[in-house]
Amino acid sequence: MGYHRTREDRPLPECHAPTAGEAIIDREGLQALLDALSARGFSVIGPRVREEAIVYAPLRNVSDLPEGWTDRQDGGHYRLERRGDRALFGYAVGPHSWKQFLFPPRQRIWRAERTEAGFDLLEEPPPSERWAFLGVRACELRALAIQDRVFLGGSLPDRSYAERRRELFVVALQCGEPSGTCFCVSMGAGPKASSGFDLALTEMIAPNSHRFLVEVGSRAGEEILAAIPHRPASEADRREAEAVLDSTASRMGRTLDTRGIRELLQDHPEHPRWEEVATRCLACANCTMVCPTCFCSTVEDHTALTGESAERTRLWDSCFTVDFSYLHGGSVRKEIRSRYRQWMTHKLSTWFDQFGSSGCVGCGRCITWCPVGIDITEEVRAIRSSLSEPTHA
Amino acid sequence: MRSPDPFVPSLFRVDRVWRESADTVTLGLLPIQGEIPAFRSGQFFMLYAFGIGEIPVSVSGLWGQGPLLHTVRAVGPVSQALCRLRPGDTLGVRGPYGSPWPLPQAEGGDLLLIAGGLGLAPLRSALLPALAERERYGRIALLYGARSPADLLFGEERGDWSSRGDLQVEVTVDHASPAWRGSVGVVPARISHTRFAPERAHAFVCGPEVMMRYSAAALLGAGVPPARIFLSLERNMKCAFAVCGRCQFGPTFVCRDGPVFSYDRIARLLSIREL
Ligand SMILES: Cc1cc2nc3c(=O)[nH]c(=O)nc-3n(C[C@H](O)[C@H](O)[C@H](O)COP(=O)(O)OP(=O)(O)OC[C@H]3O[C@@H](n4cnc5c(N)ncnc54)[C@H](O)[C@@H]3O)c2cc1C
Ligand code: SF4
Ligand code: SF4
Ligand code: FES
Repeated sequence: MGYHRTREDRPLPECHAPTAGEAIIDREGLQALLDALSARGFSVIGPRVREEAIVYAPLRNVSDLPEGWTDRQDGGHYRLERRGDRALFGYAVGPHSWKQFLFPPRQRIWRAERTEAGFDLLEEPPPSERWAFLGVRACELRALAIQDRVFLGGSLPDRSYAERRRELFVVALQCGEPSGTCFCVSMGAGPKASSGFDLALTEMIAPNSHRFLVEVGSRAGEEILAAIPHRPASEADRREAEAVLDSTASRMGRTLDTRGIRELLQDHPEHPRWEEVATRCLACANCTMVCPTCFCSTVEDHTALTGESAERTRLWDSCFTVDFSYLHGGSVRKEIRSRYRQWMTHKLSTWFDQFGSSGCVGCGRCITWCPVGIDITEEVRAIRSSLSEPTHA
Repeated sequence: MRSPDPFVPSLFRVDRVWRESADTVTLGLLPIQGEIPAFRSGQFFMLYAFGIGEIPVSVSGLWGQGPLLHTVRAVGPVSQALCRLRPGDTLGVRGPYGSPWPLPQAEGGDLLLIAGGLGLAPLRSALLPALAERERYGRIALLYGARSPADLLFGEERGDWSSRGDLQVEVTVDHASPAWRGSVGVVPARISHTRFAPERAHAFVCGPEVMMRYSAAALLGAGVPPARIFLSLERNMKCAFAVCGRCQFGPTFVCRDGPVFSYDRIARLLSIREL
């Protein structure tokens, strides 16, 4: 127990977070990890199969994981299939993202009760759960960092997000299985997770061995690793783990050329392609619901039938709805063209102005879950290529 | 007591209500506990009516001079509920939010305040401090347009403003009544009737977006530099602190980067349809 070492085989410096202490665990070790997290009061959330998709839900046991499943994804297409092996993480991201836990789709923000003198406001208690996320891929870690900037980076931090985020334990997954719609490499968001986690796993599966390389990213991660059975990683283990990431990087389903993209979109708000994509887009808002960085919300007010109490609820909202931009007398973005333009320009361009980075991590969810298969990478390509074509006289 | 949760309002009580016109009232609000938070002219608060909802409303008065003043026009459920409030009633208030009118920057030159309809309310919060420190400015002019004489706001006070020798007041209406002896037409047209030195002037404009576009064009035509023209924009707002995404206007959040923007910053954005 208590085995730690850095890449240089030196003891960890006491004053900072450990950089790397790589170890090997097996399936039993993974179960021990889940148990150790539960024992420390964390509710573990991880990938599970529900309604023919891989979603994020509470789990206790390794046997709850989608063993032997993979997914096939393309524009407007998602299907689970059996793999030939017993891999536990052999698929890419599904319709869920982690944002639903830190930024719930629906949450009461406060209540009001009538009193003799008027009314009183009752604040919500802080959340009782402490989450541990299991299997967070590099693109999703990047999305988490992006939402941290959105919700916590301003002058008034979002209290509910801050409370949930503060307690979070992250077990990252070095991605071994990209999907047909992934393009994290283009977005510089993956496949390697290098920070923002407590522990990171690389799944390594061969005909007669199934093991995980564990990297340590924090003191809390170090403490948990010390509590579970593991052995030091060898140079061969490390090379094998690197090969997993190399293979993932070489199998991206999509690419997106991001050169000058901020200007490309902001400078062409009247490009005919916006008109063209609007003929296909149903404004169903699926893309914004599945996107791990989309953060827009609305508020609803409800009054009890007696009129004695009222409550405010905050809900996920989407720039694809007409109501989103409503001002007395009519909405600003009446046409789907303007709404699609708002969404894509925000993701890939104005996000830089607002938060200093892209709002897209290349997870591919918006492509897979669009009922008509609209592809953000294809839309960018269409605008870019039309501008580089010579104009005809 | 301010809650650490930025979504939670503080409770205020209605101290006074002034009826401005058939559909518009000014509310004077006092906190049930604590003080009125410091705010500046041009900023806004989120006002919550019990069980109905919460909307952005600009300040129409000054900080440190009695109750928090908001002038509200009843157009829909929330604004109607606010307009129905009586002295003693409770409401939720959070803020202030957004950028102020850049009064310090305008000192030393002429100041044009151009208001359309309810836009006079936020501009009142710029006019009062300018009049209080009158010597800091060159000429000051208020150009104000409303739909009809019955819609004109701040009646009595406007009378005082008109009778001042050091303030030019131009009032115009779209539709005159038989008794109306003032001018008829749109506000931007009054710019050419206003005495000011464009190269030293600042203009603050607030009103319907079309009216602001025309005013900005007329000001540019008169020689006011775009960086000295300021518009106060409206967008749908649910949070007012840049987390709900609703008020986006190109790369800006109107709740945080606005509502008061210099024209040079937003001229291009304003030219894009349905942005
Ligand atoms: C920065 C700012 C300052 C404002 N200052 C004032 C003021 O001083 N006095 C005043 O009377 N009004 C002001 N408004 C406009 C006021 O917020 C709207 O009239 C109000 O939101 C209408 O809500 P409603 O529920 O009564 O009507 P509805 O028209 O039914 O509106 C439904 C919802 O749409 C949104 N909405 C509708 N119109 C607007 C709008 N113009 N701006 C923002 N959201 C809107 C609100 O969320 C509202 O609850 C201001 C708006 C902004 C953005
Ligand atoms: S825009 Fe699409 S690919 Fe990019 S992060 Fe959102 S869902 Fe993923
Ligand atoms: S792009 Fe696709 S997923 Fe997004 S709103 Fe349009 S139809 Fe729906
Ligand atoms: S009002 Fe929520 S982002 Fe501006």
